Amino acid sequence: MSNALIIKSLTKTYANNFHALKGIDLSVEEGDFFALLGNNGAGKTTVIGIICGLLNKTQGDIQILGLNQNTHINEVKRLIGLMPQEFNFNPFEPIEEILINQAGYYGISSTDAKVQTKILLKKMQLWDKRMDIAKSLSGGMKRRLMLARALVHQPKILILDEPTAGVDIEIRRSMWSYLKELNSSGVTVILTTHYLEEAEHLCRNIAILNEGNVVEQTSMKKLLAKISHQVLILESSIVLPNRIEQTQFSCKRLDDYSLQVVLKSDTNITDALQILSKQGINIDHIRNAQNRLEILFLRLINEAV
Amino acid sequence: MWIIYKTIVIKEILRFLRIWTQTILPPIITTLLYLLIFGGLMGEHIGSMQGVDYLYFIIPGIILMTVITSSYSNTVSSFFLAKFNHSIEEILVSPTPYWVILLGYVSGGVARGFVVGIGVFFTVLFFIDFEIYSISIIIIISLLTAILFSLAGFINAVFAKSFDDISIFQSFILTPMIYLGGMFYSVEILPEFWKNVSHFNPIYHMIDSFRLGFLGTSTSDLLISILALLIIITMLTIFAFYLLKKGVNIKT
Repeated sequence: MSNALIIKSLTKTYANNFHALKGIDLSVEEGDFFALLGNNGAGKTTVIGIICGLLNKTQGDIQILGLNQNTHINEVKRLIGLMPQEFNFNPFEPIEEILINQAGYYGISSTDAKVQTKILLKKMQLWDKRMDIAKSLSGGMKRRLMLARALVHQPKILILDEPTAGVDIEIRRSMWSYLKELNSSGVTVILTTHYLEEAEHLCRNIAILNEGNVVEQTSMKKLLAKISHQVLILESSIVLPNRIEQTQFSCKRLDDYSLQVVLKSDTNITDALQILSKQGINIDHIRNAQNRLEILFLRLINEAV
Repeated sequence: MWIIYKTIVIKEILRFLRIWTQTILPPIITTLLYLLIFGGLMGEHIGSMQGVDYLYFIIPGIILMTVITSSYSNTVSSFFLAKFNHSIEEILVSPTPYWVILLGYVSGGVARGFVVGIGVFFTVLFFIDFEIYSISIIIIISLLTAILFSLAGFINAVFAKSFDDISIFQSFILTPMIYLGGMFYSVEILPEFWKNVSHFNPIYHMIDSFRLGFLGTSTSDLLISILALLIIITMLTIFAFYLLKKGVNIKT
């Protein structure tokens, strides 16, 4: 598998002498769904800005699908679609015009742009709003507009900076499903998000940035395997007995219908359910007491500090 | 490249047409007031200037002033707003070369300068009957003037960090230069020292050459004026391109 993105020794120092990036190395495989995580000010948006040509780097090299950004800047830009964190469209332009103009900046004829715009606006459930000015859209609609705009030139790499910030759960789920669909069709997706559940749900590989350094880059699976124990909430529809026998895992009765179970890495959930079942306890629902990625994220950031 | 350029220009034209009550109508009304007050009411008392009736004398200056302010205002406001609401990033993430961005914005400014200039011209023609000495001189001078001030507006927009910054140049430099460039008077009536100072004001050369196109009378050399305009345009183009490529106040 070739690399969609390779970053080598990337540094960025702003005019006020703030070192936003301190020589980061990063690689993203082609076709990957990649999470770039970090606290506010960790350098995520700076990395994205440099990759997309919105910011000047101080030093370092960037390669996009084998093309060096220094020597092939326009070819590189054609390969990338960016959905930024902040709304960055003219609020007084009709939304259809925003998409058609964006396609025009990529040299796409207005006939082709109109076709692509129609497909994307329908997909984003914005077609009925196409004549409205962007300012009149709700927050969630504005996010979808920016996603449509990022896709109008059919990029091979899609970079999403906080794509679902301020979006309600229903729309977020539908965006996730669309992003998965895009990724399945071969588009490499790079995602930054503060919703760690989102990253865990969507991404296969991950990098964590802290104060301008990459503190971890690995697969989501390997990262999650680092968790020594898992805390689960098990819910039953019948009243639970007051005393529960267990040897392989710790178990705490939270109320008449729910249990908190702490599983070590050598115990799996099926074994735990069987043990409970033998005691006449049937479990209807299982959920994580805490997001697993969140636990690891905080641990890694604290270690780095 | 043609599609990209066309996209920027159409966007710019639609922008000022969409707000025509702010961009096209005010200069036409201002022109009518100038004609009524300076030409109609005061003109009778002033008599003639450079051998022509005062009303006719001020018409070219008034038209060119609208071309200057319209082309300047278009690029300065459009590019600054694009920076302000970050919509400039739409172009910056795309493979649009910097020279196409500059050409597109300047063309938008020239388009507004011409639309307003032509609008003012026909408004004047509706009320006052006059003959034109040379249409080609009028077109060449108005085109060069519109290009020059679109570039100046673009440079101002690059440096501007607030809405105040986009009006400072217009209020304190551009407007005095226009009024002291012989819009309402012939520099020949000035004392020798101020007459010589006026020759360093590029707007004097523009208005004087533009007046030549209308009335056939001038106090400066047309070719030298055109050459001076071309030199200034070249310098501003190089500077604007440098700012854009360097990303001054755009890419930090």
